[in-house]
Amino acid sequence: MLGLVGRRLVYLVPVVLAVTALTFLIANLLPGDLAIAMLGDQATPENVAALHKKLGLDLPLWQQYLHWLWAVLHGDFGTSHRTGETVLHAIAGRLPVSLELLVIAELGGILIGVPLAILCAARPGSAFDRIVSGVAFGSLSVPPFMLAILLIFVFALRLGVLPATSYVPLSQDVLGNLRGMALPGATLALLEWPTIMRVLRSDMISTLQEDYIAMARAKGLSARRILLVHALKPSSLTLVTVIGLNIGRLIGGAVIVESIFALPGVGRLLVESIYLRDFIILQGGVLLVAIGFVLVNFLVDLLYAVLDPRIRHGRA
Amino acid sequence: MSGTPLLEIEDLTVDLPTDRGPLRAVSGVSLSLAPSRSLGIVGESGSGKTMLSRAVLRLLPAGARLGGTARFEGRDLFRLSPRALRRLRGRELAVVFQDPMTSLNPVLTIGGQIAEALREHLGLAPRAAMARAVALLAEVGIPEPERRARQYPHQLSGGMRQRVAIAIALSCEPRLLIADEPTTALDVTVQAQILDLLARERQMRQMAMILITHDLGIVAGRTDEVAVMYAGRIVEQAPTRALFKHMRSPYAEALLAAIPRLHAPPHTRLAAIAGSPPDPTRPAPGCPFSPRCRYARERCRSEAPALSAENGGHQYACWFPLPDRAAAEA
Amino acid sequence: MAALDAAAVPLGGDRPARRRRGLGLVFWAAVLWIAIVVAAALLAGVLPLADPDRQALLARRALPSAAHLLGTDALGRDILSRVIYGARASLAIGVLAPLVATLLGTAVGLVAGYFRGSFETLAIGATDVLLAFPPLVLALAIVAYLGQSVTNVILVLAVLTVPAVTRVARAATLAVREREFVTAARALGAGHARILLREILPNVMLSLAAYFLVLVAVTIVAEGILSFLGLGVPPPTPSWGSMIAEGRDSLDIAPHIAFIPAGAMFLTVLAFNLVGDSLRAVTDPRRGAP
Repeated sequence: MLGLVGRRLVYLVPVVLAVTALTFLIANLLPGDLAIAMLGDQATPENVAALHKKLGLDLPLWQQYLHWLWAVLHGDFGTSHRTGETVLHAIAGRLPVSLELLVIAELGGILIGVPLAILCAARPGSAFDRIVSGVAFGSLSVPPFMLAILLIFVFALRLGVLPATSYVPLSQDVLGNLRGMALPGATLALLEWPTIMRVLRSDMISTLQEDYIAMARAKGLSARRILLVHALKPSSLTLVTVIGLNIGRLIGGAVIVESIFALPGVGRLLVESIYLRDFIILQGGVLLVAIGFVLVNFLVDLLYAVLDPRIRHGRA
Repeated sequence: MSGTPLLEIEDLTVDLPTDRGPLRAVSGVSLSLAPSRSLGIVGESGSGKTMLSRAVLRLLPAGARLGGTARFEGRDLFRLSPRALRRLRGRELAVVFQDPMTSLNPVLTIGGQIAEALREHLGLAPRAAMARAVALLAEVGIPEPERRARQYPHQLSGGMRQRVAIAIALSCEPRLLIADEPTTALDVTVQAQILDLLARERQMRQMAMILITHDLGIVAGRTDEVAVMYAGRIVEQAPTRALFKHMRSPYAEALLAAIPRLHAPPHTRLAAIAGSPPDPTRPAPGCPFSPRCRYARERCRSEAPALSAENGGHQYACWFPLPDRAAAEA
Repeated sequence: MAALDAAAVPLGGDRPARRRRGLGLVFWAAVLWIAIVVAAALLAGVLPLADPDRQALLARRALPSAAHLLGTDALGRDILSRVIYGARASLAIGVLAPLVATLLGTAVGLVAGYFRGSFETLAIGATDVLLAFPPLVLALAIVAYLGQSVTNVILVLAVLTVPAVTRVARAATLAVREREFVTAARALGAGHARILLREILPNVMLSLAAYFLVLVAVTIVAEGILSFLGLGVPPPTPSWGSMIAEGRDSLDIAPHIAFIPAGAMFLTVLAFNLVGDSLRAVTDPRRGAP
């Protein structure tokens, strides 16, 4: 177990370093001069040169990178020249919204996808299985913004039961917050369940072919116990990977959903920083999101070991 | 045989769906087993012996079709409700599978896998079930049973795992144990230990047992009766002693010749049965063994022999049983 | 003697009695839809369509009628004409970006899977790094800074697709590199280039083609998102994503403005997914029909 953690950690370091380098490189290769943006009207050649010197922009690129990396390693991801807010502060302010959305989306996706997958796998090829699998496949082709608009149309405009764009912080009004989160959460959950269902269904169908399932049936166990205890856990490795990837993605916020439903999450922050050319927030935010993704994947690898004792004991 | 039978199979057929049409895996098999007696079923792979046992357990693959009847203590196994079937399986009718590497759940502890049957059928509380599981592990000869109970299958050797599978099968004191090639996947040195364990437990518990194997040598001296299967049918059945004393069907004789002998001089050529079993999706007329039988004659190729009753419970399906050959040639 | 269907017992196995032969009606319906969309996009200039950019302020948000078969949008533009012209943008980007990515990714994946060693480690590490970035944010940022144009959108989406193709190509290469015909070619003294191009490439092509079709579906959605957020195809060129974004403002009074392009997009994405998935099922012997 410790060996596994060690091996994954050793791989993590170069990947994270490469992520920082690439973030820096992309940010610096994009056209646009930070000094000009910061100075605005006062961008005389002298002022620009002075600011370049102050910011270290006159140094060679690799030195700029090392300076930047040094700051990042000390937790300084930069400060927005537009708002004076630090990147960490800006992200920290937006993260709760994105995390709440993430939890709702994954929980919803799991609550819909896992039971359907189990029921389909119990009787593959049945009418129920074929209908659910068909709907899941069709759902995979629904563009996210289209689903969001459809839900707004039905629930906010036609039925008028849920607000389309009214974000209330959770700390202020729990019920109001949940009402505001209902449609964006539902949009993401409806996008998540088909993948969850398809992956688990297919793994469970092959698990149900195993000898130990025949053994469990020969023991006289109930179908429920066989499905939920004997088949579900050994079938959930790919599922964990998929959910891990989804969570890794959503850590950076759901760009589209946050934009459509006007939620102040990380994704919307990043998109706004693009529109507003707030280069520092964008660079620091992308870096944090990418590192978050790598870390979530690292945790998923560890979760494998929890689920499968063979991996835990280093035999698989 | 005496007393009311524990298991009574009549004219059992099993058809499996395949891409090339239905495959008759078991064809018109009738058997009867008295309480606390043991029966060996012997045949090559593909002879239908495993499908026969799976039919009794109702563990056939999806789409398989059953014909005939199988009664367990008078109850029709094929007409049991799913609920009644569950109460029977594991409680009165237990099984040990061939490969202990795949028949134990890799993500559940050994103790838990024994205890769950006890909790399901005997309604034991978790603690009591675990204590019984540990006692069972000790009984089947697993050292340090408390520690082993907390381990996972991959932490045990193949022989140990098969002992665990036997402990699971024995846990609820079944009336009939079906052991499907229980030693095929194990090292030779472990095989005898496992077979002796099964024989000992059977004696102690007054339990009936069906031992399925491809090796006639395994049933010799271990079961009360033997049934030899070929191409989904029983070709010879007799009390074990009688069978080994006097084999009547050429197939049983060929099977016996195929057993490697420890006492044979080195470099003796192993006598394998030439050819392979017939394609069960394309049944041909005549005795199914006739293409491989060195005694086969005209009649064997055109007409299939039926299992004939004979005195002393010795039955066989052959037009020209071995001792009569001289008469037939005359 | 009763013949019982053992399938009535719960938890049978996964052996559907019927095995599907051929590709089925749904597959051909999907192919037909793709053909219609492609033909309409190619022939948009020749078809008797209204000018997609002509505004008719008196006929704004009109419902479908004889004059406007699918109605008009908030500026009175003909929706049918805009959907067909929009197909041009979606298809051009949806096909070209995956094509560029497939060429690049196949080359890298093939070499990585064939030679293995440190190049493979590097290539896989690079895909890990690229996959860590939030793709949409990266695409939006790069398009925003480089300037909104069809070419830039294609390039950005292509770059973001390369890692996925590389992985698939490498996995497919690993599966064939030890097969007999490769060993035979090597024994006959064929060079690496010859083995890669004549022995391995033809054998990984089919699964890459199936994957390409799925990527087309993904890219059409991605382009839709960029255009929806106003950073895709520059206006006034119609694009399904921007049409949906424009229709959102009139969602309560004229929902057809958003839902008609949305429907066209959904059907097209679904069709590519269906065809890609059917081809994958055919090329992958391990998995049967879903």
